[in-house]
Amino acid sequence: MQQSGQASATSLPIGSDADLAWVRQQVRQCAAQLGFGLVQQTKLVTAASELARNTLVHGGGGRAEITPLDNGRTRGLRMCFIDSGPGIRDLELAMTDGYTTGGGLGLGLSGAKRLVHEFSVDTEPGRGTTVTAVAWVAQVPASRPGVR
Amino acid sequence: MNQPTPGQPAVPVLALGDVLLVSLQGELHDGMAEQLQHDITSRVATSGVTGVVIDISGVEIVDSFLGRVLAEIASTARLLAARTVLAGMRPAVAITLVELGLTLPGLVTALDVDRAMELLSRGGS
Ligand SMILES: Nc1ncnc2c1ncn2[C@@H]1O[C@H](COP(=O)(O)OP(=O)(O)O)[C@@H](O)[C@H]1O
Ligand SMILES: [Mg+2]
Repeated sequence: MQQSGQASATSLPIGSDADLAWVRQQVRQCAAQLGFGLVQQTKLVTAASELARNTLVHGGGGRAEITPLDNGRTRGLRMCFIDSGPGIRDLELAMTDGYTTGGGLGLGLSGAKRLVHEFSVDTEPGRGTTVTAVAWVAQVPASRPGVR
Repeated sequence: MNQPTPGQPAVPVLALGDVLLVSLQGELHDGMAEQLQHDITSRVATSGVTGVVIDISGVEIVDSFLGRVLAEIASTARLLAARTVLAGMRPAVAITLVELGLTLPGLVTALDVDRAMELLSRGGS
């Protein structure tokens, strides 16, 4: 079954602690339904928690959009975290392990990037920030004996 | 602020002899984690326990926020003469924390609560 993305995107508000918990639950549920294993689910939920908290704390709130993907070979999940806050002036610096402007541990952006397969940041000072993370369900060759 | 929302169970903190046993379960809001940090610290200060065991076997994810709270609980307790052991981390959580870059070097860990209690009763570490 091919899915053309946008049609099934879920949009979730990010304006409070409780919203962060809700985003984590929704990502967990969606990842489980798509067939992600337990470790991959845990990585996705952790990345979502970091990025949604950035949207709340640094971006002044915004929303998350989670979209199931299917590239014909495997299924995946795209998560976008969108705010119209202050933006990130020096993205390279912000992506450095341990760099924080707000008393955090400075591992959210750099760590989330390591937890997913594709990661991009679109940001402009004064306009806001959109962080997009994509992960694909791991393909286990042994579980597909019919191929080849 | 920081009241548990309805339907959100408060975090149980039990005193077992010289040890405080804290069991974290499921979803922990940021405000609740900070409240817990405050609660544990004042319990350690007033009760004079010598050990704190934080059972995280029911926790599905630890992100950098919760990781920092746990590390801060341990360092504050140490200043108040109590040692903290983090018990029961799930394997998927451990794998994810390493990849996130959060290895919590100051935290003593044990595979489960029994082993954590044993570690504390031996007095070493
Ligand atoms: N959505 C955002 N809007 C504005 N600034 C951001 C956003 N996300 C991250 N940043 C900036 O990047 C820095 C690093 O982020 P992160 O790695 O998550 O560390 P931390 O959140 O612990 O500070 C933040 O301190 C902040 O300055
Ligand atoms: Mg962060």
